[in-house]
Amino acid sequence: MVINAEEYDYYELNRIITGSDDTDIDVSGVMGQRYIGCGASNKSITVHGIPGNALGAYLDGSTITVYGNAQDAIGDTMNGGEIIVHGNCGDTTGYAMRSGKIYVKGNAGYRVGIHMKEYKELYPKIIIGGSVGDFLGEYQAGGIIVVLGIGCEASVPVGSFCGTGMHGGYIFIRGDEPPRGLPVQVCCETATDEDKKIIKEYVEEFCTHFGYDAKELLASRFFKLTPNTASPYKQLYTNN
Amino acid sequence: MALNYYQPLFEVIRDKERCIKCQACARQCANLVHSYDEELDVMVSDPTECVDCQRCVSICPTRALKITDNPNTFRRNSNWSMQIMTEVYKQADSGGVLLSAMGNPKEYPVYWDKILLNASQVTNPPIDPLREPMETKVFLGKKPRNVKFNKDGTVNTDISPTLELSTPIMFSAMSYGSISKNAHESLARAATELGIYYNTGEGGLHRDFYKYGPNTIVQVASGRFGVFKDYLETGAAVEIKMGQGAKPGIGGHLPGAKILEDISKTRMIPMGADAISPAPHHDIYSIEDLRQLVYSLKEATCYKKPIIVKIAAVHNVAAIASGIARSGADIIAIDGYRGGTGAAPTRIRDNVGIPIELALASVDQRLRDEGIRNEVSVVVAGSVRSSADVVKAIALGADAVYIGTAALLALGCHLCRSCQTGKCNWGIATQRPDLVKRLNPEIGYKRLVNLVHAWDHEIKEMMGGMGINSIEALRGNRLMLRGIGLTEKELEVLGIQHAGQ
Repeated sequence: MVINAEEYDYYELNRIITGSDDTDIDVSGVMGQRYIGCGASNKSITVHGIPGNALGAYLDGSTITVYGNAQDAIGDTMNGGEIIVHGNCGDTTGYAMRSGKIYVKGNAGYRVGIHMKEYKELYPKIIIGGSVGDFLGEYQAGGIIVVLGIGCEASVPVGSFCGTGMHGGYIFIRGDEPPRGLPVQVCCETATDEDKKIIKEYVEEFCTHFGYDAKELLASRFFKLTPNTASPYKQLYTNN
Repeated sequence: MALNYYQPLFEVIRDKERCIKCQACARQCANLVHSYDEELDVMVSDPTECVDCQRCVSICPTRALKITDNPNTFRRNSNWSMQIMTEVYKQADSGGVLLSAMGNPKEYPVYWDKILLNASQVTNPPIDPLREPMETKVFLGKKPRNVKFNKDGTVNTDISPTLELSTPIMFSAMSYGSISKNAHESLARAATELGIYYNTGEGGLHRDFYKYGPNTIVQVASGRFGVFKDYLETGAAVEIKMGQGAKPGIGGHLPGAKILEDISKTRMIPMGADAISPAPHHDIYSIEDLRQLVYSLKEATCYKKPIIVKIAAVHNVAAIASGIARSGADIIAIDGYRGGTGAAPTRIRDNVGIPIELALASVDQRLRDEGIRNEVSVVVAGSVRSSADVVKAIALGADAVYIGTAALLALGCHLCRSCQTGKCNWGIATQRPDLVKRLNPEIGYKRLVNLVHAWDHEIKEMMGGMGINSIEALRGNRLMLRGIGLTEKELEVLGIQHAGQ
């Protein structure tokens, strides 16, 4: 199904998409319509233009490809599927995401991967090509976040307060310097070749999507962030 | 020898003449207060860990046990009470944040008890509910501003989704994890039989309970535990938890030690992993952001389910409620400062928030003043203790109430306020299999049904006395209320007159 979204607001557009039995849906002329692909299963949605907030929220096994920039809260509470953004995206990308993959070619905003979590075979992955804002992986409880820093001029491709509240999962950051001001509850070390195996598959897929050289990227230095179990976010309580 | 700066709160009194040394008390106490000394052939007690849950007293076949306050007292001081002194000792011992459970027990005013109901005399005669039909059914959700007609002249019944309740009472959000599976089953079955709703809380929905979906409200909190498409589609309504009366401004933290297999499955997080619910939703910093979550949930559920936004009653609750009404939410749930919890820092529980009676009155008035009262239903919680409280809440403007503590009492809770220890002897706030099995859901659900039926009868009696035969006519009918012993300001906030006026 091919839809020209120019004439529709988000409600009308999403009723057409959800009402369609077609698995392949191509939407052009998107200008900020929110909630595209919200909760979608078994669909392949291609978006030309700039989708609005909450693209693919609660996504349950669909592929959404965006040719343009995406806004805030893409893949919120996503449970499976793939979101591929050929551009930048906004804040809270992959909020509380539980499974599936988000690939962003360019930069992403604040709080990427906040409260991302994993459960058994459900394992979420976010790969950002450029740089990200503050609070990367805030409260992260599982899954993998990779920031490649391609084209990033700053020495570190992530903002302040990285990993605040992190209590599970991995963050991989490509660069020559570790993020500054990490909380004591987060361990930061240079990724070994063994560590890089964890992200190899996803970096390769990223490169397939956006035309980069995976070998070259993986040969660079990465920092691996994991929760420091010796110093957990546990408040001491006294029964009263 | 270590000094004990503070003493046990309670004393175990055993009538040795009645005690038959059956040891039932020893077997029943998860806090290990009672034991049998074989050498001396006597039952002994150490009250140090006693929480006064009354389980041993209830189980004792010869009624040989009593739990009383420890008669030992510190030197009396109106400023430094024994409790405050004890808390200082505890913190000096441990350096820990004081943790409590259930609702605020402090002596703040209970406004329900300072409001009196009206009854008809001579004119506008009372109605006998045993003889005449009385309507306690309510619908929660947006109400259309005016009647619309189809082209063929029939009434257009295409309205926003609503919840239909046989009586204006629902069971508040209590997560699986904070309470046991048997407690959840009791609530779910009772809600189904009663034609009302129970609420999953933020811990997801156990697979065994999907069948109760039509009577289930599923909750979405900042941690999004167990939230996925099936969950959203199974519930009759979706509740966004922004806050909780027992701990406004505070998130939740279920320690990894409590994430056992079944809870891990339901919350969809690994066993032993901490379940942290951040205090804010970090994607919601404004009413516009809230609107985004409301509508993403509506989109995900195809606009078939009402969306509830639950907040704690705080100082500027009326303005917040006005914003929520404009966010697209169908129902606002407001939880007062006496609302219960499985665990909250003592200082937060006892010092943050405002009484639900005042919050409700100001929210209802604000929404009316702004002409948007019909845009949302208002559900109130935070210590609704009896059918009289329900009637007063509705007359102050509520559409329905949530009951949590009262429902747990029906299941056997004795308000020992020790839920956080996970050693509930009544099988409610625990995950220990040997304790959980003490709560039989077959009996539990019937007790809940009994309670709500009884309250429904009483609501009808009180309404009948006022000459009112439907809840609709009682809602916001503050003329039916009078204050007693209240100041001008309190009467003004409540929007009611003083008794005698």
